Amino acid sequence: MDDMPPFSRRDLIGAGLGLGAGLILPDGALAAAKPRIGGRIRVASLSSSTADTLDPAKGALSTDYVRHYMFYSGLTEMDRHLIPRPALAERIESSDQKVWHVRLRKGVTFHDGANLTAQDVVWSLLRHKDPATGSKMAPIAEQLAQVKAVGSRDVVITLIGPNADLPAILAQSHFLILRAGTKDFRVANGTGPYKCAQFSPGVRTLARRNPNFWKPGKPYLDEIELIGIPDEVSRVNALLSGDVHLVIAVNPRSTKRIMASRGHALLETQSGLYTNLIMQQRQLPTGNPHFVAAMKYLIDRPLIKRALYRGYATIANDQPIPPFHPYYRADLPQRSLDLDKAKWHLQRAGLTGVRLPVYASPAADGSVDMASILQEYGSRVGLKLAVNRVPADGYWSTHWMKHPLGFGNTNPRPTADLLFSLFYKSDAAWNESGWKNPRFDKLLLEARGEADQARRKQLYGEMQGLVRDHCGVGIPVFISLIDGYDRRLKGLYPVSLGGLMGYQFSEHVWWEG
Amino acid sequence: MAGGSSQSGMKAALTLIGKRFASSLLTLLLVSVTIFIIAQLLPGDAAQEALGQSATPQQVAALRHEMGLDRPAYVRYASWLTGMVSGDPGQSLVANMPVSEVISERLPNSLLLAALTALVAVPVALAIGIGSAMNRGGRLDRALNVATLSMVAVPEFLVATIAVLIFSVKLRWLPSIAMASEEMGWGDYLRGVAMPILTLSVIVIAQMARMTRAAVIDQMDRPYVEMAVLKGVAPVQVVLKHIMPNAIAPIVNAMALSLSYLLGGAVIVETIFNYPGLASLMVNAVTSRDMPLLQACAMIFCAAYLLLMLIADVTAILANPRLRAQ
Repeated sequence: MDDMPPFSRRDLIGAGLGLGAGLILPDGALAAAKPRIGGRIRVASLSSSTADTLDPAKGALSTDYVRHYMFYSGLTEMDRHLIPRPALAERIESSDQKVWHVRLRKGVTFHDGANLTAQDVVWSLLRHKDPATGSKMAPIAEQLAQVKAVGSRDVVITLIGPNADLPAILAQSHFLILRAGTKDFRVANGTGPYKCAQFSPGVRTLARRNPNFWKPGKPYLDEIELIGIPDEVSRVNALLSGDVHLVIAVNPRSTKRIMASRGHALLETQSGLYTNLIMQQRQLPTGNPHFVAAMKYLIDRPLIKRALYRGYATIANDQPIPPFHPYYRADLPQRSLDLDKAKWHLQRAGLTGVRLPVYASPAADGSVDMASILQEYGSRVGLKLAVNRVPADGYWSTHWMKHPLGFGNTNPRPTADLLFSLFYKSDAAWNESGWKNPRFDKLLLEARGEADQARRKQLYGEMQGLVRDHCGVGIPVFISLIDGYDRRLKGLYPVSLGGLMGYQFSEHVWWEG
Repeated sequence: MAGGSSQSGMKAALTLIGKRFASSLLTLLLVSVTIFIIAQLLPGDAAQEALGQSATPQQVAALRHEMGLDRPAYVRYASWLTGMVSGDPGQSLVANMPVSEVISERLPNSLLLAALTALVAVPVALAIGIGSAMNRGGRLDRALNVATLSMVAVPEFLVATIAVLIFSVKLRWLPSIAMASEEMGWGDYLRGVAMPILTLSVIVIAQMARMTRAAVIDQMDRPYVEMAVLKGVAPVQVVLKHIMPNAIAPIVNAMALSLSYLLGGAVIVETIFNYPGLASLMVNAVTSRDMPLLQACAMIFCAAYLLLMLIADVTAILANPRLRAQ
C-alpha cells in the first residue's frame, strides 16, 4: 500500500480494490502474520469522568476519540501516512474543491439494523452548525454552506470557499456519522466495528464485535473494555500486572519499566504535539521583534528533548509542521541555542536587565521545566525571568493567552490547513501570540483551494518560514506519544495523529493469547 | 439495669435525635451555601471547562445559556435549593443526566468499600487497642505503639503504591485496579477490593487503635477498676465488663470520625486503584465545575458525617447510666 498514489481530487479517491487491500494488510513484517479472530482485551486510557460522551461532536479527550471510533465510522478515514481514504463514502470528489459529491457505500447498516442513507449523512454534518449541539467543530463546520441529499446514496456538500482538505477534515472523530435524529446518547447506534454493550460515564465502556461491520473480516476482537486510569503510575502498573493490555500516554520516565518486562513493549508515535512559548505581540516588550528573536535563541532544544522527554521527542524549529508531515519544509535552517545572538537581540530591544514574569503550568505539558531552563539561560544574557507556576485546573480559561509571556499546548491536527487556520491566521480565535501577517493569510487561502500537491507544498513551505521567522511563538520540540502494550496484542503501528494508532486501534488489532 | 433508667435513656436519646435532626438541616444548608460560594470563586465555569481549550466565546455563551449559567448566582442557588427540598438534586451539567442517576451508580460502591473496610478495621483496631492497653508499658504495647504510629505516619498513596508493586506487579496475586461491575462475582470483587481495603485499613486501624488504647488506659487508673482487680476479677473480664462500658463513648466517637473518612476521604485510594466511588466523582465535579453534582456529593458526605456523629452520641448516652439519668 506504500506506493499507492496519494489521492488526487480530480479523480475519484481510492475507491474499491486499493482501499480493501490497503486497510486489511498491516505493514512490512507484520504482513506475514494472519490476524486471529476472537479475544477480549482491556484498554486503559488517560481520563474518565462524568464528561465522557457517546456524542462524537462533543468528543474532547483521547478516551472519547477511541470510544467514538469503536462505535461509529466516518465518510473518510486517515491512513498511516495521513492520507485520507474513503470509508462510508465510496467516493468523494470535486472539480473545484468547493462543491463535493459524495457517493455512499452500499449495504452499510447501523447497529440497530437500519440502512445508512444520505439523510443520515446530511443530518450528522449539519448538526455541527447548530449551537445547541455544542460541537467542538462548530468553527470548522461554518465552512459547510449547504449539505444536500440527492437520492438515497448521494450527498452534495457545498463549501463557502474551496477547500482541498475536506476529505481529511471529515475523517476526524467529530464528524463520524450518526443515525439521523439521534437524541439519546446513552447508547451508541453507529456503523462502526463494535457495538456498544455498556456505557457508563467515568467508569467504563464495553464494546462487542459488530458482525455486520462493513469492512469484511473486521474487526478481530470479540470484546474491548475501555476504562480510564488518570494516574500514570497506576496505569503502567495495571499494564505490567496484566490487568490491562494496552495503555495510552506512558510517561518517558516509565519507559524503562515497560521495556524491562518481557511480556510488554512500547509503541512510540512521533506526533505534531507541541508545547510552545507564547510571546504576546500586541503589547511590549514581548511584541518587540528583537525580544522574540532573543527568546527563540534562548531555547536549548536538545536539552529539552533529552532531559524532559528522555529522547521521546523530535526537535522543532519554531513552526508547527513536524518533519514527518508530507508538507514539511526541510530547507529551513534549524534554530539552536545561541547566547551571543540572544544577548545582541536583547540589547537591540533595550531589555537587558528587565524582569519579566513567565506563566507555566502542568496543563501545558513540560512548560514548567521549559520555563526553568529559559530562566537559567536568560540569567546568562541579562534577562531576569520569574517563573510563575499556576495550577492546571482552569488554566485554559484563566491563564492561556492572557499573559504577555506564557505557554500553550497544541494537539496534532489532521491537516496543515486546520493547524494554520486555528492557531496562526491573523483573525484566528486561538492566534496565541496575536501576530498579524497578511502574506501568511493570503497564502493560507490560496493553499486551501489548491489541488496541485507540489504547489501546495511550496505554499505551506513559505508559510512555515514566515511563522518561524516572525511569529511570536517558540516551539522547542514535538513530543512523541508513547503507548504501552501486551506483546500478545498484534497489529499495532503508529499513526501520528494521536496515541493508540491515531485513536483507531480497535478495528486493526488482534489478540494472540 | 432498671427499666426506668433505660426508658429515660431512650427519651434522652430521642430528644437528642430530634434536636440533632433540626441542627443537621441547618448545617446542611450552611454547607451548601459555603460550597456554592467557594465554587463560584474557582476560575472558569462548567461551560468553559466542557468546551476546553478550543472554545470560542460564542460557543461558551451558547452553552452557558443552555446550562442556565447565564442566570445570576443567587437565582441558580435558589432554584437548586427548591429542587433539593422537593427531593430532586437536579441535572448534572456535564453528564447530561439526572444527578440522582449518576450518584446511584457510585454510592453503592463507596458504601460497600467503606462497610467492608469497617468490617476488617474495627475488630482489628479494638483488639490492638485493648491488647496494648492491658499490656501497658510491656513489650507488646511498645511494639504495637511503634507499629500504629508508623502506620499513621505513612501516607496512603505510599502504602497503596507499594502494595500494588508487591502484590500485582511482582507476585501477580491481586489485580492492580479495582473494577466494580455487575457481571462480576463476589470472589472477583473481593479480590479486586482487597488492596483498597488493606490501604484504607492501615490508616483507620492505626487511628482507632490509638484512641481505644488511650480511652481504656484512662479508665484503668480509676478506683473502680482497682476495686474490681482487688475483688479478683480476671483481667479480660475487668476490661470487657467494667472498663469498656465507660470507655465506649470516646472509642465510638473515634470510630465515627474514621468511618466518615472512609466515605469521603477515600479519594486517593479511589484514584490509585481506579475504583468508581463517590469521592472521585466529587473531584470530577469540582474540576468540571458541575455544581449540582458537587452539591449533591457534598450533601451526602455531610449527612453521613452528621449521622455517624449522632450514632456515636446516642451510643454514648445509652452506654452511660449517668447521661441516661439526665
